[in-house]
Amino acid sequence: MRAVLAIQRGGPGQASRVDSFEVEFEPGQSVLDGLRLVRRDQDPSLAFRFSCINANACKECMMLIDGAVDYACTVRLKEGVTTLSPLPKKALLRDLVTEIAPPDERLDRATNNGAG
Amino acid sequence: MLPETATTHLKTDVLVVGAGGAGMYAALEAARAGADVILAERSLIGRGGATVMAQMTVAAALGEQTPDHWEHHLADTIAAGRDLCDERLAAILCEDGPRRIREMDAWKVGWAREDGHIRQVQAPGHDRPRCVYVDFLSTGPAVSRTLRTRLNDASGIRRIGDLLIVDIAVHDGAACGATALHISTGRIVTIAAKAVIIATGGLTRLYRRNSASSNMGGDGYALALRAGAELIDMEFVQFFPIGHLAPRLVGMDPIMWDPFRYKLGGKLLNSEMREFEESYASRDIRSDGRYVLTRDLATYAISKEVEAGRGSPAGGAYLSFQHVPPDEIRRAFGPVVDRLAANGIDLARQPVEVAPIAHYHMGGIRVGETLETRVAGLFACGEAIGGANGANRLSGNAITEAFVFGARAGHHAALHASKQSIVWSPDAVGPTMDLLRRATRRDTPNTAAVIASVQSVMSDKVGPFRTDGKLRSAIESLAAIGNELGSDPIASSPGGVDPVLVDWLDLRNMLLVAQAVALPALARTESRGAHQREDYPGLDDGWGIHQIVELAGAKLNIKALSRRVAA
Repeated sequence: MRAVLAIQRGGPGQASRVDSFEVEFEPGQSVLDGLRLVRRDQDPSLAFRFSCINANACKECMMLIDGAVDYACTVRLKEGVTTLSPLPKKALLRDLVTEIAPPDERLDRATNNGAG
Repeated sequence: MLPETATTHLKTDVLVVGAGGAGMYAALEAARAGADVILAERSLIGRGGATVMAQMTVAAALGEQTPDHWEHHLADTIAAGRDLCDERLAAILCEDGPRRIREMDAWKVGWAREDGHIRQVQAPGHDRPRCVYVDFLSTGPAVSRTLRTRLNDASGIRRIGDLLIVDIAVHDGAACGATALHISTGRIVTIAAKAVIIATGGLTRLYRRNSASSNMGGDGYALALRAGAELIDMEFVQFFPIGHLAPRLVGMDPIMWDPFRYKLGGKLLNSEMREFEESYASRDIRSDGRYVLTRDLATYAISKEVEAGRGSPAGGAYLSFQHVPPDEIRRAFGPVVDRLAANGIDLARQPVEVAPIAHYHMGGIRVGETLETRVAGLFACGEAIGGANGANRLSGNAITEAFVFGARAGHHAALHASKQSIVWSPDAVGPTMDLLRRATRRDTPNTAAVIASVQSVMSDKVGPFRTDGKLRSAIESLAAIGNELGSDPIASSPGGVDPVLVDWLDLRNMLLVAQAVALPALARTESRGAHQREDYPGLDDGWGIHQIVELAGAKLNIKALSRRVAA
């Protein structure tokens, strides 16, 4: 089966663009599986966050999937077009990566408040 | 050339690299001992690593369920380790375990209870019910949340996510900090520290099918090697026998089935729907005929059934709960049953398919009883260290060792730091700064595809069953991949988040660590625990020795160390 991932891309301050990638999949595979296939087979520069791959434990792969906030590791790939874009209310870092760390777990806070 | 070569410099007493269970515990304990701490994590604090994914049990001789003593736990740990445990480390693990489990209890982790006491269940390889857990399959998330809450409330700890440590800085033979890439901005960050603790977990990402986070590519082993520290027992990679295989599950940890087996007694069946564990159990002198196959033997049993043409359709074994009444399944696993239903799985009606999956690494950084490496000021803890679990880890010991060794490394690093002043030299970070500044934009090779090919080499040739030919071929392939990758980092974007640069830096580590596994695996001409040589079946008493790996220039050296010296 074939899915098309239409992904909003770009960094902060850039005009965003949409790149579409076609991926072959087996029923049951997740959107995150699809994103990893895109990187491996087509474009390794595609940026998205994930850590635990499949367990829905790290909660890092949250994004807009067909307009709704969801986890890429739990939404399944489907035939036809799936649109992916970064979380709208978080600062964009690149492509699907946004600043989701709590403020006191960021470098700028460590720099400003630190003993160094 | 990376356009963004701006740098940020930080100073601290203790730098902890990695914020899983061991790193978070290390940071807490170092701060408790009065140190100023930076806790650096390449992912998000408490989200990456293996701890958050643990759905399983935690072993400690609490004696809450039945009378117990840590020496019984130690005996089981040493037996599971196939006579190759560093008994000093194993003893620390077992003796300190109960204290940390109770400390976590006081911090309200929520260990499951019954009749007013902490519930302890039986797990394979243990002589009695010894393992605590948090219902339902929530041990890891509960542990991570508890430690994150403690970090929030602690003073003296700066937590920094998205910070990838590229190299440990060494000056006059002592660790003095690190160089890092800030993933979200592309900035280079240098950190001066009086002591550094490596808590980066294991290397399961080297394998195609693995149960850990995507960031467990063996970073810490590579950091340690390049800093001048030694690795030990690197050939012992644990495969978890019943990793989920089919049907495709989303939103669940692939190693989720073990607690189901503890509670409900799931049956492992081959394609003839026949139980086969018992025919292998006789190989294990510790077996009493119940479900007690340790992980190495269960991996062996499933692989041999598949090899004999009796595997399940997807190439594993069936795991069946069809003999368990549905209401009992519901009572034991509550909401998890609904998550399975959402995946189209009804355990009362169908078996699932399982197969071995890369799960844990027994080997790691060589440390002494204070968790210090041979490099002054460089400490390590958690899965990143080697020795405590010998050739095969007893189930339930991984989270325990994260707590115990994390706390101990934090304490000793803080002590070390209290006797030191900051020693900082730009020369200590010069080579790494140069490396990062050499990053150039190139379109080939595709770094994500190269990672996949490393995983294929390791899975096919350095998996649970090895031969001289396969290992030599793996070593050659890894060298060829390294040549293809080149010595200058590949970048894809001008500053900011650059997944290609991160891949390249990961590959720099993965390729070194993969060789550090394959070389001692080739040298060890016997089968012991997780290291099974098809051309050298059976344990050879002459191989009751550790192999030490160190980096000399660009070359990995292997030294043999008799166990009597180690213990």
